[in-house]
Amino acid sequence: MSAPTSHFAPLARLLHWLMALMVIAMLFIGAGMVASISERHEWLLNIHKPLGIAILVLVIVRLIVRFSTKTPPLPADLPAWQALAAKLSHYVLYALMLAMPLIGWAMISAAGDPVMLGQSVRLPSIVAANAETFAWLRGAHRYLAYLFFLTILAHLAAALFHGWIRRDEVLGSMLRGRD
Amino acid sequence: MIEHEPPQHSKPPLSTSQILLRLAGIGAVVVVIAGAFAYVNGTLDPQRLTPARVVDTFEHNNGQFPGYRRNHPKGTCVAGYFESNGSAAALSSAQVFGAGRTPVIGRFALPTGNPNSPDNAAPIRSLALQFTQPNGQQWRTGVNSMPLFPVGTPAAFIDLQNATAADPKTGKPDPAKPPAFFAAHPETAPFLAWIKTAKPSASYVTETYNSVNAFVLVAADGKRQAVRWSVVPQNQDSLVAPTPQDKDFLEKDLAEKLAAGPQKFSLVLTLANAGDPTNDASKAWPADRKTVNAGTLVLDKSQPQLNGDCRDINYDPLVLPSGIEGSDDPLLAARSAAYAASYERRTREVNQLKATPAQEKQP
Repeated sequence: MSAPTSHFAPLARLLHWLMALMVIAMLFIGAGMVASISERHEWLLNIHKPLGIAILVLVIVRLIVRFSTKTPPLPADLPAWQALAAKLSHYVLYALMLAMPLIGWAMISAAGDPVMLGQSVRLPSIVAANAETFAWLRGAHRYLAYLFFLTILAHLAAALFHGWIRRDEVLGSMLRGRD
Repeated sequence: MIEHEPPQHSKPPLSTSQILLRLAGIGAVVVVIAGAFAYVNGTLDPQRLTPARVVDTFEHNNGQFPGYRRNHPKGTCVAGYFESNGSAAALSSAQVFGAGRTPVIGRFALPTGNPNSPDNAAPIRSLALQFTQPNGQQWRTGVNSMPLFPVGTPAAFIDLQNATAADPKTGKPDPAKPPAFFAAHPETAPFLAWIKTAKPSASYVTETYNSVNAFVLVAADGKRQAVRWSVVPQNQDSLVAPTPQDKDFLEKDLAEKLAAGPQKFSLVLTLANAGDPTNDASKAWPADRKTVNAGTLVLDKSQPQLNGDCRDINYDPLVLPSGIEGSDDPLLAARSAAYAASYERRTREVNQLKATPAQEKQP
């Protein structure tokens, strides 16, 4: 094996920033649509569903890229608790990117609603229609969305902490390619 | 700035004030994003009418009935099919309008907010329908036995609920509020004129039910036609039956009618002319508008709603198949959004519903 890399692979960086935009948009769209009774509710919902499926497809590609490319190590002098927090928060982010679209899809299925992406594309139902299952999934979709949002805020704050205060290579490894 | 220099290990250390300033910068970024989120989700916008606040209004004015729909909670499940005659196929590409049968799960209901209301408490009945097409797409619609809606906007509808709600102290609406509301809302005049003549029907199956809201049919060639639809009883024998005095006559009557044979209704589409209002359910369209009889709705079974097939269906008016779309009527999005909030709350409570079926059944 060659020496450890100092930057994420270009495809990994592209997927990170593309999905960062998509996921943050998704969280705002979700929060906005459930708090609106105007026409916004309908058009946000019509973006939310296909965008969620797009995130599901991309996170699968991203996991493959993650396991097949080299990732830069964290700085050797990073305190152990920060290294652990970094590791755990990344697991949480990957798990939520994968779980949230699946829970959304399952939730619509459990309500007995056709899973429509736009006017005429219908995905199959992935769980049987059941009111209690729906209520549980709907709650999970909401509370995990808040967990997702808070984890992203912590991730962003930590990235800025690396870039502005520690001034190590962590932020640069995702912002740029090799210098 | 040092940001664009290659990483190096010999950066001059930051002073304490520099560190504090940069920490404050990070804090500011987090606060701005979290604040934007709190605005978008309504937390920082207490004036906004949200789905939760709409449903809160119903719960506050009607009382709490766990497990039940937050509006029209008293009802009965029905089932049957729609036999299309193909007449609407030129107007809409939806499979439901092609020739043939589409299975239907429906629900007749009373438009009050209390599942224990007597059946003569309101002179209106409602019908919700779910058509499931062979391609799995669905058409869900709610129709009411009134020719038009009292108001045209969600905000006016909530104001109407609040103006006519019972005062907790007296058990009756504040007598000053309804006249003040109706005076401030002249669009309610046609509805008020109609409801003066309306009487509680003795049967669900003798009423004509209207969508009130407008929709858009989209033909295979992309041509769009604004419509409203009605469900019109084909057998009008018992139209003049007097209203019985007992509390739950509608469910009993429905069972008797179905025992005698399937109940048939025509599904009639009323086509808007250019310029007819599609965004205001309080405005009737002129009576001479062209209509198309799309086929026959046949209802042949009923079930109690507490364990019937209709119980877990959210009759969201914007669950539509390809070939039918919502119009610019603002009540449609509001109903869709508020029904979702009601559905979430009541599905969390289905256990409580199973625990107390005896309360609903009065011998």
